Amino acid sequence: MRFGIVVFPGSWSHQDFYHVIVNVLQEEACYLWHKEADLHDSDCVILPGGFAHGDYLRSGAIARLSPVMRAVAAFAESGGLVLGSCNGFQVLTEAGLLPGALLANDCLHYRCRWVHLRTESRQTPFTSAMQPGQVVRMPISHGDGRYYIDQTGWKRLIDGDQIIFRYCDQTGALTNDANPNGSLDSIAGICNERRNVLGLMPHPERAAEPILGSEDGGLMFASILDAFVRSPLTTCGDRA
Amino acid sequence: MWTARIYVTLKPGVLDAQGDTVRSALETLGFKGLADVRVGKFMVLTLNGLTQKEATAQVEEMCKRLLANPVIEDYRFELEEAAG
Repeated sequence: MRFGIVVFPGSWSHQDFYHVIVNVLQEEACYLWHKEADLHDSDCVILPGGFAHGDYLRSGAIARLSPVMRAVAAFAESGGLVLGSCNGFQVLTEAGLLPGALLANDCLHYRCRWVHLRTESRQTPFTSAMQPGQVVRMPISHGDGRYYIDQTGWKRLIDGDQIIFRYCDQTGALTNDANPNGSLDSIAGICNERRNVLGLMPHPERAAEPILGSEDGGLMFASILDAFVRSPLTTCGDRA
Repeated sequence: MWTARIYVTLKPGVLDAQGDTVRSALETLGFKGLADVRVGKFMVLTLNGLTQKEATAQVEEMCKRLLANPVIEDYRFELEEAAG
Protein backbone atom coordinates (compact mmCIF):
# COMPACT_ATOMS: atom_id res chain seq x y z
CA MET A 1 0.00 0.00 0.00
CA ARG A 2 1.27 3.43 -0.92
CA PHE A 3 0.87 6.39 1.42
CA GLY A 4 1.27 9.95 0.14
CA ILE A 5 2.38 12.40 2.82
CA VAL A 6 1.65 16.03 2.04
CA VAL A 7 4.43 18.46 2.90
CA PHE A 8 3.67 22.17 3.32
CA PRO A 9 6.30 24.74 4.22
CA GLY A 10 6.18 24.42 8.02
CA SER A 11 5.03 20.79 8.22
CA TRP A 12 6.90 18.91 10.93
CA SER A 13 5.35 15.46 11.35
CA HIS A 14 5.85 14.24 7.78
CA GLN A 15 9.10 12.46 8.63
CA ASP A 16 7.50 10.72 11.62
CA PHE A 17 4.74 9.40 9.38
CA TYR A 18 7.29 8.34 6.76
CA HIS A 19 9.30 6.48 9.40
CA VAL A 20 6.28 4.58 10.73
CA ILE A 21 5.00 3.65 7.26
CA VAL A 22 8.35 2.57 5.80
CA ASN A 23 10.29 1.22 8.80
CA VAL A 24 7.54 -0.02 11.10
CA LEU A 25 4.78 -1.07 8.68
CA GLN A 26 7.17 -1.92 5.82
CA GLU A 27 4.84 -0.21 3.35
CA GLU A 28 5.52 2.39 0.67
CA ALA A 29 5.47 6.13 1.30
CA CYS A 30 6.20 9.24 -0.72
CA TYR A 31 6.19 12.94 0.03
CA LEU A 32 3.74 15.17 -1.83
CA TRP A 33 5.06 18.73 -2.08
CA HIS A 34 2.19 21.17 -1.65
CA LYS A 35 2.87 22.97 -4.95
CA GLU A 36 2.11 19.85 -6.97
CA ALA A 37 -1.49 18.85 -7.65
CA ASP A 38 -0.47 15.21 -8.11
CA LEU A 39 -0.90 12.44 -5.55
CA HIS A 40 1.49 10.04 -7.34
CA ASP A 41 -0.91 7.06 -7.16
CA SER A 42 -1.24 7.20 -3.39
CA ASP A 43 -3.75 4.81 -1.83
CA CYS A 44 -4.05 6.92 1.29
CA VAL A 45 -3.18 10.59 1.75
CA ILE A 46 -1.78 11.88 5.05
CA LEU A 47 -1.92 15.52 6.11
CA PRO A 48 0.69 15.74 8.88
CA GLY A 49 1.12 18.06 11.83
CA GLY A 50 3.13 21.25 11.90
CA PHE A 51 2.56 24.90 11.20
CA ALA A 52 1.79 25.03 7.47
CA HIS A 53 2.54 28.50 6.13
CA GLY A 54 3.30 29.60 9.66
CA ASP A 55 -0.39 29.19 10.59
CA TYR A 56 -0.74 32.79 9.42
CA LEU A 57 -4.25 34.24 9.54
CA ARG A 58 -5.66 30.99 11.03
CA SER A 59 -4.25 27.48 11.34
CA GLY A 60 -4.69 25.80 7.97
CA ALA A 61 -6.26 28.83 6.26
CA ILE A 62 -3.45 29.37 3.75
CA ALA A 63 -2.53 25.69 3.38
CA ARG A 64 -5.95 24.77 2.05
CA LEU A 65 -5.23 27.00 -0.98
CA SER A 66 -2.14 25.00 -2.01
CA PRO A 67 -2.44 23.17 -5.37
CA VAL A 68 -2.09 19.75 -3.69
CA MET A 69 -5.33 20.38 -1.81
CA ARG A 70 -7.32 20.41 -5.07
CA ALA A 71 -6.02 16.91 -5.72
CA VAL A 72 -6.73 15.86 -2.13
CA ALA A 73 -10.31 17.15 -2.37
CA ALA A 74 -10.87 15.26 -5.64
CA PHE A 75 -9.33 12.12 -4.12
CA ALA A 76 -11.62 12.39 -1.08
CA GLU A 77 -14.59 12.99 -3.35
CA SER A 78 -13.81 9.74 -5.20
CA GLY A 79 -13.73 7.83 -1.91
CA GLY A 80 -9.97 7.91 -1.24
CA LEU A 81 -8.73 7.65 2.35
CA VAL A 82 -7.49 10.92 3.83
CA LEU A 83 -6.08 11.17 7.36
CA GLY A 84 -5.26 14.53 8.91
CA SER A 85 -3.46 14.75 12.25
CA CYS A 86 -3.00 17.95 14.25
CA ASN A 87 -2.29 20.71 11.72
CA GLY A 88 -3.63 18.30 9.08
CA PHE A 89 -6.98 18.25 10.94
CA GLN A 90 -6.98 22.06 10.95
CA VAL A 91 -6.29 22.11 7.19
CA LEU A 92 -9.15 19.65 6.56
CA THR A 93 -11.65 21.84 8.44
CA GLU A 94 -10.46 25.01 6.69
CA ALA A 95 -10.75 23.20 3.35
CA GLY A 96 -14.33 22.21 4.15
CA LEU A 97 -13.50 18.49 3.94
CA LEU A 98 -14.51 18.14 7.60
CA PRO A 99 -17.07 20.27 9.49
CA GLY A 100 -16.29 22.64 12.37
CA ALA A 101 -13.14 24.56 13.28
CA LEU A 102 -10.21 24.46 15.71
CA LEU A 103 -9.70 27.41 18.04
CA ALA A 104 -6.96 28.40 20.49
CA ASN A 105 -6.82 26.05 23.50
CA ASP A 106 -9.03 27.41 26.28
CA CYS A 107 -6.03 27.45 28.65
CA LEU A 108 -4.07 29.47 26.03
CA HIS A 109 -1.08 27.18 26.63
CA TYR A 110 0.59 25.14 23.95
CA ARG A 111 -0.08 21.61 25.21
CA CYS A 112 2.44 18.86 24.60
CA ARG A 113 1.54 15.74 26.58
CA TRP A 114 0.11 12.25 26.48
CA VAL A 115 -3.67 11.98 26.44
CA HIS A 116 -6.22 9.19 26.59
CA LEU A 117 -8.83 8.88 23.89
CA ARG A 118 -12.01 6.88 23.85
CA THR A 119 -12.74 5.21 20.53
CA GLU A 120 -16.33 6.22 19.88
CA SER A 121 -16.77 4.45 16.58
CA ARG A 122 -15.06 1.54 14.88
CA GLN A 123 -17.10 2.08 11.75
CA THR A 124 -14.33 3.83 9.83
CA PRO A 125 -11.40 2.53 7.77
CA PHE A 126 -9.16 4.21 10.37
CA THR A 127 -10.48 2.60 13.56
CA SER A 128 -11.73 -0.86 12.60
CA ALA A 129 -8.80 -2.56 14.39
CA MET A 130 -9.76 -1.02 17.74
CA GLN A 131 -12.14 -2.58 20.26
CA PRO A 132 -15.50 -0.88 20.84
CA GLY A 133 -14.94 1.95 23.32
CA GLN A 134 -11.24 1.14 23.57
CA VAL A 135 -9.22 3.72 25.49
CA VAL A 136 -6.02 4.48 23.60
CA ARG A 137 -3.02 6.60 24.48
CA MET A 138 -1.39 9.07 22.09
CA PRO A 139 0.45 12.37 22.41
CA ILE A 140 -0.90 15.80 21.56
CA SER A 141 1.19 18.82 20.66
CA HIS A 142 -0.81 21.89 19.74
CA GLY A 143 -1.90 25.41 20.58
CA ASP A 144 -5.08 25.50 18.50
CA GLY A 145 -6.91 22.28 19.32
CA ARG A 146 -10.25 23.40 20.73
CA TYR A 147 -12.82 21.80 18.47
CA TYR A 148 -15.90 23.93 17.87
CA ILE A 149 -19.03 23.47 15.82
CA ASP A 150 -22.48 25.07 16.15
CA GLN A 151 -25.39 23.20 17.74
CA THR A 152 -26.86 22.07 14.43
CA GLY A 153 -23.53 20.76 13.21
CA TRP A 154 -22.87 19.04 16.53
CA LYS A 155 -26.21 17.24 16.39
CA ARG A 156 -25.44 16.17 12.84
CA LEU A 157 -22.09 14.71 13.97
CA ILE A 158 -23.79 12.73 16.74
CA ASP A 159 -26.63 11.50 14.53
CA GLY A 160 -24.16 10.48 11.83
CA ASP A 161 -21.83 8.65 14.28
CA GLN A 162 -19.06 10.98 13.08
CA ILE A 163 -17.41 11.66 16.45
CA ILE A 164 -14.61 9.09 16.38
CA PHE A 165 -12.42 10.03 19.37
CA ARG A 166 -13.14 11.86 22.62
CA TYR A 167 -10.57 12.94 25.22
CA CYS A 168 -11.06 10.89 28.39
CA ASP A 169 -9.21 9.77 31.51
CA GLN A 170 -7.50 6.38 31.69
CA THR A 171 -10.75 4.70 32.73
CA GLY A 172 -12.56 6.13 29.71
CA ALA A 173 -14.51 8.77 31.67
CA LEU A 174 -15.05 12.15 30.03
CA THR A 175 -13.91 14.74 32.57
CA ASN A 176 -12.95 18.40 32.32
CA ASP A 177 -9.44 17.54 33.49
CA ALA A 178 -9.03 15.01 30.70
CA ASN A 179 -10.01 17.56 28.04
CA PRO A 180 -6.70 19.29 27.26
CA ASN A 181 -7.99 22.19 25.18
CA GLY A 182 -11.66 22.84 25.96
CA SER A 183 -12.97 21.03 22.90
CA LEU A 184 -16.74 20.92 22.55
CA ASP A 185 -18.09 17.60 23.84
CA SER A 186 -14.46 16.47 24.41
CA ILE A 187 -14.12 15.93 20.67
CA ALA A 188 -10.60 14.87 19.63
CA GLY A 189 -11.35 13.44 16.19
CA ILE A 190 -14.18 13.28 13.65
CA CYS A 191 -14.84 11.87 10.20
CA ASN A 192 -16.91 13.07 7.26
CA GLU A 193 -20.33 11.64 6.37
CA ARG A 194 -18.82 9.24 3.88
CA ARG A 195 -16.31 8.11 6.57
CA ASN A 196 -13.26 8.21 4.26
CA VAL A 197 -11.80 11.45 5.68
CA LEU A 198 -10.72 11.54 9.32
CA GLY A 199 -9.11 14.33 11.31
CA LEU A 200 -7.79 14.17 14.87
CA MET A 201 -5.63 16.46 16.99
CA PRO A 202 -3.49 13.68 18.57
CA HIS A 203 -0.49 12.10 16.82
CA PRO A 204 -0.94 8.38 15.99
CA GLU A 205 2.45 8.42 14.23
CA ARG A 206 4.19 9.25 17.51
CA ALA A 207 2.61 6.25 19.23
CA ALA A 208 3.26 3.34 16.91
CA GLU A 209 6.30 1.70 18.53
CA PRO A 210 6.97 0.27 22.01
CA ILE A 211 10.08 2.42 22.39
CA LEU A 212 7.86 5.52 22.22
CA GLY A 213 5.69 4.36 25.10
CA SER A 214 2.57 3.40 23.17
CA GLU A 215 1.65 1.35 20.15
CA ASP A 216 -1.98 2.46 20.16
CA GLY A 217 -1.50 4.78 17.18
CA GLY A 218 -0.43 1.70 15.25
CA LEU A 219 -4.01 0.46 15.46
CA MET A 220 -5.02 3.27 13.12
CA PHE A 221 -2.41 2.22 10.57
CA ALA A 222 -3.48 -1.43 10.96
CA SER A 223 -7.07 -0.39 10.28
CA ILE A 224 -6.07 1.49 7.12
CA LEU A 225 -4.05 -1.48 5.84
CA ASP A 226 -6.92 -3.83 6.61
CA ALA A 227 -9.38 -1.60 4.71
CA PHE A 228 -7.02 -1.51 1.75
CA VAL A 229 -6.47 -5.27 1.68
CA ARG A 230 -10.20 -5.93 1.87
CA SER A 231 -11.20 -3.46 -0.79
CA PRO A 232 -8.41 -1.54 -2.49
CA LEU A 233 -10.52 -0.27 -5.35
CA THR A 234 -13.72 0.76 -3.67
CA THR A 235 -12.26 2.02 -0.42
CA CYS A 236 -9.23 3.83 -1.66
CA GLY A 237 -10.35 5.90 -4.59
CA ASP A 238 -11.80 5.02 -7.95
CA ARG A 239 -8.93 3.60 -9.94
CA ALA A 240 -10.66 1.94 -12.86
CA MET B 1 -7.75 54.32 -4.34
CA TRP B 2 -9.63 52.80 -1.42
CA THR B 3 -8.65 51.83 2.07
CA ALA B 4 -10.59 48.95 3.59
CA ARG B 5 -10.45 48.49 7.35
CA ILE B 6 -11.53 44.98 8.21
CA TYR B 7 -12.48 43.75 11.69
CA VAL B 8 -12.68 40.01 12.34
CA THR B 9 -13.98 38.79 15.71
CA LEU B 10 -15.09 35.48 17.16
CA LYS B 11 -18.86 35.01 17.00
CA PRO B 12 -20.71 35.98 20.20
CA GLY B 13 -21.36 32.35 21.24
CA VAL B 14 -17.74 31.25 20.80
CA LEU B 15 -15.54 31.32 23.91
CA ASP B 16 -12.78 33.91 23.46
CA ALA B 17 -10.05 32.55 25.75
CA GLN B 18 -7.70 35.40 24.87
CA GLY B 19 -10.38 38.01 25.55
CA ASP B 20 -11.14 36.46 28.95
CA THR B 21 -7.44 36.51 29.87
CA VAL B 22 -7.11 40.15 28.83
CA ARG B 23 -10.19 41.00 30.93
CA SER B 24 -8.70 39.39 34.01
CA ALA B 25 -5.40 41.22 33.37
CA LEU B 26 -7.28 44.54 33.18
CA GLU B 27 -9.03 43.70 36.43
CA THR B 28 -5.65 42.97 38.00
CA LEU B 29 -4.68 46.53 37.08
CA GLY B 30 -7.70 47.76 39.02
CA PHE B 31 -10.06 48.60 36.14
CA LYS B 32 -13.69 48.08 37.12
CA GLY B 33 -16.96 47.50 35.34
CA LEU B 34 -15.62 45.24 32.58
CA ALA B 35 -18.51 43.08 31.39
CA ASP B 36 -16.65 41.48 28.50
CA VAL B 37 -13.48 41.71 26.40
CA ARG B 38 -13.26 40.31 22.89
CA VAL B 39 -9.95 40.13 21.04
CA GLY B 40 -10.05 40.10 17.25
CA LYS B 41 -8.05 40.90 14.14
CA PHE B 42 -7.75 44.20 12.35
CA MET B 43 -6.59 44.29 8.73
CA VAL B 44 -6.01 47.24 6.43
CA LEU B 45 -6.17 46.73 2.66
CA THR B 46 -5.44 49.27 -0.03
CA LEU B 47 -7.23 48.77 -3.35
CA ASN B 48 -6.46 50.37 -6.66
CA GLY B 49 -8.38 50.99 -9.86
CA LEU B 50 -11.81 49.93 -8.62
CA THR B 51 -15.08 51.78 -8.24
CA GLN B 52 -16.52 51.99 -4.73
CA LYS B 53 -19.10 49.36 -5.64
CA GLU B 54 -16.47 46.99 -7.03
CA ALA B 55 -14.18 47.50 -4.05
CA THR B 56 -17.01 46.82 -1.61
CA ALA B 57 -18.03 43.65 -3.45
CA GLN B 58 -14.46 42.45 -3.61
CA VAL B 59 -13.68 43.01 0.08
CA GLU B 60 -16.93 41.28 0.99
CA GLU B 61 -15.83 38.28 -1.09
CA MET B 62 -12.32 38.32 0.43
CA CYS B 63 -13.80 38.21 3.94
CA LYS B 64 -16.10 35.33 3.06
CA ARG B 65 -13.52 33.25 1.25
CA LEU B 66 -10.37 33.79 3.29
CA LEU B 67 -10.08 36.58 5.84
CA ALA B 68 -12.78 35.26 8.17
CA ASN B 69 -13.87 31.69 8.87
CA PRO B 70 -17.69 31.81 8.88
CA VAL B 71 -17.82 28.79 11.22
CA ILE B 72 -16.32 30.76 14.11
CA GLU B 73 -15.90 34.40 13.08
CA ASP B 74 -17.90 37.51 12.16
CA TYR B 75 -16.49 40.35 10.10
CA ARG B 76 -17.29 43.91 9.21
CA PHE B 77 -15.39 46.51 7.23
CA GLU B 78 -15.28 50.19 6.39
CA LEU B 79 -14.26 51.51 3.00
CA GLU B 80 -12.75 54.95 2.69
CA GLU B 81 -11.34 56.89 -0.23
CA ALA B 82 -7.57 57.13 0.18
CA ALA B 83 -5.29 59.79 -1.21
CA GLY B 84 -3.54 58.23 -4.15
